[in-house]
Amino acid sequence: MTRWLDAPLLTIDHLSMRFGGLVAVDDLSFAVGRGDITALIGPNGAGKTTVFNCVTGFYKPSTGRLALARAGTAEPADIDALTRSGKREAGELFLLERMPGHEIASRARVARTFQNIRLFQGMTVLENLVVAQHNALMRASLMTFGGLVGLPSYAIAEAAAVEKATNWLSRIALLERADDPAGALPYGDQRRLEIARAMCADPVLLCLDEPAAGLNPRESADLNELLLSIRESDGVSLLLIEHDMSVVMKISDHVVVLDYGRKISDGGPAEVREDPAVIAAYLGVADEDEAERIAAGAPP
Amino acid sequence: MPEAAKPGAGALAALKDAGGAALVAAALSFPIVALATVEDINQKLVLEQRWSWVVGAAAMVFVGRLATRAPGAAVVARWALFALAAVVAAYFVSASLDIDADWPAPLILAVIVGAAGFAALALSAPFSAASAARAKQRALRADLAARAGLLRFAGLAALVIFPLFALWLLGPQGSLKWINNYGIQILIYVMLGWGLNIVVGLAGLLDLGYVAFYAVGAYTYALLSTTYGWSFWICLPLAGIFAACWGILLGVPVLRLRGDYLAIVTLGFGEIIRVVLINWSDLTNGYAGVSSIPRVTFFGVPFIDDDSGFAARFGLEFSPIHRTIFLFYLILALALLTNAATLRLRRLPIGRAWEALREDEIACRSLGINTVNTKLTAFALGAGFAGFAGAFFAVRQNFVSPESFTFPESATILAIVVLGGMGSQLGVAAAAFALIGGMEMLRELDFLKQIFGDGFDPAQYRMLVFGLAMVTMMIWKPRGVVSSRAPSIFLKTRAAVSGDHVGEGRG
Repeated sequence: MTRWLDAPLLTIDHLSMRFGGLVAVDDLSFAVGRGDITALIGPNGAGKTTVFNCVTGFYKPSTGRLALARAGTAEPADIDALTRSGKREAGELFLLERMPGHEIASRARVARTFQNIRLFQGMTVLENLVVAQHNALMRASLMTFGGLVGLPSYAIAEAAAVEKATNWLSRIALLERADDPAGALPYGDQRRLEIARAMCADPVLLCLDEPAAGLNPRESADLNELLLSIRESDGVSLLLIEHDMSVVMKISDHVVVLDYGRKISDGGPAEVREDPAVIAAYLGVADEDEAERIAAGAPP
Repeated sequence: MPEAAKPGAGALAALKDAGGAALVAAALSFPIVALATVEDINQKLVLEQRWSWVVGAAAMVFVGRLATRAPGAAVVARWALFALAAVVAAYFVSASLDIDADWPAPLILAVIVGAAGFAALALSAPFSAASAARAKQRALRADLAARAGLLRFAGLAALVIFPLFALWLLGPQGSLKWINNYGIQILIYVMLGWGLNIVVGLAGLLDLGYVAFYAVGAYTYALLSTTYGWSFWICLPLAGIFAACWGILLGVPVLRLRGDYLAIVTLGFGEIIRVVLINWSDLTNGYAGVSSIPRVTFFGVPFIDDDSGFAARFGLEFSPIHRTIFLFYLILALALLTNAATLRLRRLPIGRAWEALREDEIACRSLGINTVNTKLTAFALGAGFAGFAGAFFAVRQNFVSPESFTFPESATILAIVVLGGMGSQLGVAAAAFALIGGMEMLRELDFLKQIFGDGFDPAQYRMLVFGLAMVTMMIWKPRGVVSSRAPSIFLKTRAAVSGDHVGEGRG
């Protein structure tokens, strides 16, 4: 079952990230399928968040290629041609490692959330969702000048932005708290709001860094539904880092397992769960020799 | 806010603590305060002992420390105010009865300072009563918001009437000081405060060199008018544009830095502009400055005692006060322009992006906001308004020199923004009124000479008062006069966001 290799949304090739002598991600390659929920899992310190930071432009990868094909037509040959041309983008195809962080969000349309929630705490819930639509509103206000003179087209665009925000607020059941400061929300609500904020930026790929961290079982079940609905009704692909296996196994279509910066397993959730290398990485093995044997791919 | 300790045990602990602090103060003030070298009549240096000063300093610290620690400080504060009133009354009674009281000045000062501290605490006590009062506070804020509209209108009306009222009340001679020293001076700082508020309050970029852009504006008008004879009305927009260009020029390299680093670099740039103004004497005439800058005209009609002058044309008797009143309305208009632009921009995507940037820069990047450009617009716009204010400064003084653009100016403007409450237009205006008006007011306190002797000049103590005001504010209301933030958009209710949630910006 390797449907994610068929016209993938994001293709990561030989990604490495070194910090001085420390190799956080080592020659990692995998594909994020279009319309899939892809989970990136692994023990603490495996390099998952580093991969995220490379994808979303917070780090410049030491080596490797991150090719995002917004529409499903990009052939490997096209990607290679773009790589050789030295440009950042061609049509619907983007090379994320060449783009600054804000352009990855605004042009390639990759949005993300953070492990430690990063809301605009002192702004209201509604403002958070309106700020997320910054680039669209900026264009509507003719880079501020139109808005400054009170152009009606800007007023219309702003009303549409509020409408969109309101829709998202009712989806995450926070409509009642629209005018409260985001920092005053309970933790679980802040998690959902951060996801809604990322979605208001109109992404094709949504990267979630531990969305279920700190949620109780009830909230985590709600989260599963929200993520599935984002995939189904918004047509957005998801890449998520998660430790909560009840979330990972239930909703993901494709699981990539990292350990010490390297990929140790890649497949469907059922397949990965049975993989001895994964079990060894998570639970440890009796002795070092056996670990090496497993890592080398030998049957246990 | 002082934390209320347990009653009983807390009182003793607070006393002990205050006693300890007083001992430290006495020990520290001993070498500095207690002994002074003075020249005697034979022009020999002798040691003068000033033990009452040490006692005064220790007493000041004791009272101040107690004020911040004591349980039930509010009750004590009320008693302290009574005590202060009694002391002052007793002093004046003894003075009027010609009894030579000869109280050491520092002791009196100690009582005044202590009482002021208590008064501040007494006023803040109802707010600090933790969670129970929080709901009440919210109701209060909503009420305040409703009243703010009325207040704004009343304030504006008062400002428009002020110079005419002063003229009517005090005549051309007497009103000059009030319109010029108070009205115009304060409004310049209100405008500068509002301009810097965009950079510091909204975008959260700590700019310690803001006065550099004020200088660019002032020299733009000074040089263009004296060299090419350009009119003020052409130079005013140019000054703003030039200052904004400088803002961009300085901003491009420095805005990649954050927090303390940005503060230090802006401080450096502020100094660089001043040093260039001093040393590029061919252009700027160095320390001597640029003098005889053309005065402001009423849109081309000069304020002179002549048939072609303003007074003659409008059938008035000539008086220099006309120009001053015109300058007042000019700076009022400029300040209101700054305010209107800021309020408008706050409701546009760029303004929301500034505030989002202050809250969390990394989150901004993840949402596709170009943080460098966003910072740059805030920096340039703030600089532009400083440029307008600078051109006004030059036309008002008809003389500019690098002396006017030193670091303390930047610090004063920053203090206005911080004391006012970062991001709040009303708070910044209030802080400018209090700080600049208060400093001018110190010149008026002649009655203090009765207490401290004829050699006492209250204006010399302005930095001391300034510092005390800062410390008191930071203890009492660390987020400034108006610490809450008004949301830029709302769905149902426009409730102010408490300052506890609002970020201060780290870069």
